[in-house]
Amino acid sequence: MEKETCTFSYCEKPAVTEVECDLLILGGGMAGCGAAFEACRWANEKGLKVVMVDKAATDRSGAVAMGLSAINTYIGENKVEDYVRYVRNDLMGIIREDLVFDLGRHVDDSVQHFEEWGLPIWKKGDDGFSLDGFQAAEAGKKSLKEGGTPVRTGKWQIMINGESYKVIVAEAAKKALATNREKTGMAQNHFERVFIVKAVKDTNGTNVATAIGFSTRENKIYSFKAKAMICATAGAVNCFRPRSVGEGMGRTWYPVFSAGSGYAFGMQAGAELTLMENRFVPARFKDGYGPVGAWFLFFKAKATDSYGEDYCANKEYFDDAVARYGDYAKGLGTAIRNHLMMRAMKDGKGPILMQTPAAMAALGAAFTEKLGEKEGKKKMKHLEAEAWEDFLDMAIGQASIWAATNIEPDKSASEIMPTEPYLLGSHAGCAGFWVSGPGDIAGTPDHYSWGYNRMSTVPGLFMAGDVVGASGHKFSSGSHAEGRTAAKAALAYILDHMDYKPSPKMSLDEIAAELYLPFEIYEKYKTYTTRADINPNYIGPKALQLRLQKIADEYFGGVATWYMTSKTMLEEGLRKLEMLKEDAAKMAAKDLHELLRCFENYHRILSVEAHARHILFREESRYPGYYYRGDYNKIDDSNWKCFTNSRYDAETNTWELKKVPYVQMVK
Amino acid sequence: MPSFVITEKCDGCKAQDKTACQYICPHDLMALDREKMKAYNQEPEQCWECFNCVKICPQQAIEVRGYSDFVPLGSSTIPLRGTDSIMWTIKFRNGILKRFKFPIRTTVEGSVDPYAGKPAPDFSTIKQPGFFTAPARKE
Repeated sequence: MEKETCTFSYCEKPAVTEVECDLLILGGGMAGCGAAFEACRWANEKGLKVVMVDKAATDRSGAVAMGLSAINTYIGENKVEDYVRYVRNDLMGIIREDLVFDLGRHVDDSVQHFEEWGLPIWKKGDDGFSLDGFQAAEAGKKSLKEGGTPVRTGKWQIMINGESYKVIVAEAAKKALATNREKTGMAQNHFERVFIVKAVKDTNGTNVATAIGFSTRENKIYSFKAKAMICATAGAVNCFRPRSVGEGMGRTWYPVFSAGSGYAFGMQAGAELTLMENRFVPARFKDGYGPVGAWFLFFKAKATDSYGEDYCANKEYFDDAVARYGDYAKGLGTAIRNHLMMRAMKDGKGPILMQTPAAMAALGAAFTEKLGEKEGKKKMKHLEAEAWEDFLDMAIGQASIWAATNIEPDKSASEIMPTEPYLLGSHAGCAGFWVSGPGDIAGTPDHYSWGYNRMSTVPGLFMAGDVVGASGHKFSSGSHAEGRTAAKAALAYILDHMDYKPSPKMSLDEIAAELYLPFEIYEKYKTYTTRADINPNYIGPKALQLRLQKIADEYFGGVATWYMTSKTMLEEGLRKLEMLKEDAAKMAAKDLHELLRCFENYHRILSVEAHARHILFREESRYPGYYYRGDYNKIDDSNWKCFTNSRYDAETNTWELKKVPYVQMVK
Repeated sequence: MPSFVITEKCDGCKAQDKTACQYICPHDLMALDREKMKAYNQEPEQCWECFNCVKICPQQAIEVRGYSDFVPLGSSTIPLRGTDSIMWTIKFRNGILKRFKFPIRTTVEGSVDPYAGKPAPDFSTIKQPGFFTAPARKE
């Protein structure tokens, strides 16, 4: 195929803005906001410039854009080592225990700040029942920092009134950035609606010299030069064909706007990835993908098949799981519970039901017994509101589905269902980059630490949140704390490398030509056919996404094959994916919105390629319930209890994969 | 569920410095038709139903209609977000009505002062665990 180039013969040349700073933060989600809060305080003292770039509006960007009803990581009265054990069990035995421990010893400070900034956190009342954030204040309950008792659902989770969680955290980050503007005299250091597309390497061959992107609001291109960068963007969603393919395609469990841009950024920079074969397939309320955590943990509801049987207790399923997956099956982590649920579904025992009426009835009876008829009823009403708030804070559409289908949780059970796969590193998944740990934790092996905490294998390129691999179960609070950790380490790096002057390999004209190529292609060919969207000369952003989703779904273990794949399937899928990648050189955009979608989908393609290549490399089924290698459908600790790391060379389009030893640090 | 804009209520935020829904949508979905001065959802199949456009609209011109591939008609979910709490009115298909009010924040919007009363950073600890606010927890 002939290569297209952009000479601005057809589309208008954009204005190019160069921004120079010391620390660049990519992404304004929880990790990015944490990074801004910590970084500016240190940077202000030394007059260093901190810049944050967000593709959306920071008040409502990232995974917490809608809100949350719980903070899933608060160590509190627990032990950090127990947190490490819990994460290790849920992620099938292979995690970076230094990173997880480091997160655990820092996370509470972030949560206590959220409360100080205004996040309402539930507290335990004197009668043992829960008080919402306002009731707790009225009752004079202490803050978490002062030793107040949160309402635990599970061992690590605390309940919040989290509709404005992100707005509050963003406010602190934006104010922090404002103090840095005052100190350094920068006119602007917070860029919203600017989408970073790519890392441009330095002429020195090692650093990333500049991050390039474009405004989604005006014809303007940006090049951000920095001494150090923190990649704090989201995981990858809508890579696999979703269960709903009409309007419901947007109702993904993890935010639909997570496009794998952080994975793509690091890959283009040549940073080493780890455990990219990992994915998360949450079992959630069907179609609306509403949260199940509070129902399981707080309301003590049980999930059963349609005959009322607890599929996790089915002897045949369980024994078979233990035979294949050994002691990991006995831990009943999230993946294994999915696996057992799917066994029941494959036997035609679906739909799987969350038995909400039984749970509500049991709680009602307990309340009446404890408080009497009248007070018990009052508590029950409060409990019903809590159940609805769980949805309304973080998956509003699920509440709407209940309303539209006349489901009242005390009267009818609700279907649950495993979703399409997602790639992420902050929730119950651990796909991401291989980063340096803090190095000070007892038992840290040499290959876990190379100087600066959370720095990738590319000097000066730090990672935080979803894109850090082998360290899941951080959730919102842990991502914020990890952003802070990365920021502090990045400042230390900058102070050690003050003489570094970024020198990008690409000129500003070359950057503009690359970013606006989809416009040039569209304008060049659009009149060739009578319908601009059917044209043999280019591929639009929708087609790019649909082709990717079909390949991923059918060959890489999506819902179409019950998450099953194999060497032969992966190889065929990768052949098709390579052609899609080639065709991406002919992607076309008619406006800035489509330009955004073109590059987002290109980032999804790169993320999925890493995922497929890692699954192919790991010859076992480490994450049953998330995906299966039909040709190696067992866990093989003797060969595969290790990290799988890879490096993509963007210039030669080649991959290197290797095994890296796992070290157990916490007994 | 894709958001929709009620023609009669939307004024294109003409009195404001920016179109509120367009500003806030995390997925760049809300667009403004400048001729009609009306906002619309340009890509409904990418809508995450986060309701941020609904909550921010100064005219209460935006609502959400259930995804056409699995949500039956006839219900509605309407938020009214204030400065410290949010009210929800949920109407079931069968007419049942539920109303809830939840806290959203305990401080005045815009009142966060991130560094007030916090210790200055100690550069001798920059390569050690801990944040500028507090050392890492020890067990």
